[in-house]
Amino acid sequence: MYAQLVETGVKRIKDLSEMSEQERAFQEKIDSEIKIEAKNWMPDAYRQTLIRQISQHAHSEIVGMLPEGNWVTRAPSLKRKLQLMAKIQDEAGHGLYLYSAMETLGADRDAEIDKLHSGKAKYSSIFNYPTLNWADMGAVGWLVDGAAIVNQVVLQRTSYGPYSRAMIRICKEESFHQRQGYEILLTMMRHGTQAQKDMVQDAINRLWWPSLMMFGPSDEHSPNSAQSMAWKIKRQSNDELRQRFIDQTIPQLELLGCTCPDPDLKWNAETGHYDFGQIQWDEFYEVLKGNGPCNQERVATRRKAIEDGAWVREAAVAHARKKQNKNAA
Amino acid sequence: MNNKTDLIEYLLRLGDSALIQGQRLCQWCGKAPALEEELALMNVGLDLVGQARNWLDYAAELLDDGRDADDLAFRRDERAYRNLLLVEQPNGDYAVTILKQFLYDAWHLEVLKGLSQSSDERIAGIAAKAVKEVTYHLRRSGEWVERLGDGTEESHKRMLAAIPEVWRFTVELIAADDSEQRLCEAGITPDIATVAAAWQAKVEAIFASATLPVPASPSYFYLNARKGLHTEHLGILLAEMQFLPRAYPDATW
Repeated sequence: MYAQLVETGVKRIKDLSEMSEQERAFQEKIDSEIKIEAKNWMPDAYRQTLIRQISQHAHSEIVGMLPEGNWVTRAPSLKRKLQLMAKIQDEAGHGLYLYSAMETLGADRDAEIDKLHSGKAKYSSIFNYPTLNWADMGAVGWLVDGAAIVNQVVLQRTSYGPYSRAMIRICKEESFHQRQGYEILLTMMRHGTQAQKDMVQDAINRLWWPSLMMFGPSDEHSPNSAQSMAWKIKRQSNDELRQRFIDQTIPQLELLGCTCPDPDLKWNAETGHYDFGQIQWDEFYEVLKGNGPCNQERVATRRKAIEDGAWVREAAVAHARKKQNKNAA
Repeated sequence: MNNKTDLIEYLLRLGDSALIQGQRLCQWCGKAPALEEELALMNVGLDLVGQARNWLDYAAELLDDGRDADDLAFRRDERAYRNLLLVEQPNGDYAVTILKQFLYDAWHLEVLKGLSQSSDERIAGIAAKAVKEVTYHLRRSGEWVERLGDGTEESHKRMLAAIPEVWRFTVELIAADDSEQRLCEAGITPDIATVAAAWQAKVEAIFASATLPVPASPSYFYLNARKGLHTEHLGILLAEMQFLPRAYPDATW
């Protein structure tokens, strides 16, 4: 999940009888699964919620390049280097695509990026954890992109047309990244040395819990979910998605020959799901507040990139203007 | 000396240059001046590392000493590297990065065009595919030289400062050694004088529209990458790039 705890600004969900005619027509469209398009009327809170969610999602793609950038210069073979470069390129593309979807709602890309740099806008908490060995490049692909896919597959049916279409395109590439990430780990586990196997287990130990946190707080502590669900921006609850992720991931973990850093994890034949231990929500909220291991570095790197590049962007604008004037003359 | 030794040497020069330029582009990840540039830098880098793999694969086959392309990339010391001095230079600011890219691209495209006519079919095939990629690289970097050269006062000043930093390394783009001369005579590689003239013309044209002065051609530089005499920057770059295969020599990645 690349968007966590998205504020809707709504205290209580209205029922149809309390709505104005416009609102009712809008909600009926949503209820009958008709996509909302950029030019359609929509409640302001719906618009603002989407801007927050899509921008958070876009910021996550961009900040998510940084933990990978930490290893792209040290990829251990030409094939792995090419794969990682292609993945990073895809992520920059996803960012651009999502910012465009967000701009259809009347938001401004630069203004939203400013909010990221000032700490007002969030991005996925997972990218505030450091990547400490090469296996992290596999584990990020497998677990982080894997968790993102579970969420994004559902978002393909989200009610806002441009966001839904962005998700359909992005999901295809993410699935590819996930398989590639898993293959990195599988190669290390099947053909690697003991030192490499240790790297894989170490990466899983560090990234497992933060990956589960990607789905956001548990349903009882997710105050904005009900409205987002009524608007069909969200289609399934955080806990449902988290459970689905765990259920599909554990067999893959076993196939790797690795263990899960959760002593309470066990198959429950009655429910048909895995039971799992307590997530450290204190840690989640701390990371979200900005106190994670890499929050300061991630935001500082992004801010510096944009500040250092100001003269480049200004030159591009100035040059375009000169050319235009020349053509006009 | 025979053609095979010359050819291996030449393939290493092509492959190493593309790889090191690609590695420098990787260092921009997450730090580019705009999101569109993140995409473009990674895209160009991806093409170059892909080309490097093709050249090094071929070099490894001809070497036939048990090493593959990855061994050549990740287990050779700086004295055995044959990349152009230009591409190993640090990225600097965006003016330096763009200028290095442009000077390399303008040379690279002419070389590849020549190589696509090579009497060696394998080389001609790799080059023909690379020509398409590098045509885009050159268009992009040339447009950026124009934007920055003829953009704002600040960008113009930065381009003026970037030129003397990298220009001296261009001597390697316009001079051949005996080994390349022999390959040229065998119809395997293009005539370096033709490449140099086309490169010079392209640089003059783009610099003119970028309102930048073209310095006199450099005639001599102490170091010579063709002999593995590099600047100090390459060793550090390789230390980073080669870390994992060097630290875990028995590993499979």
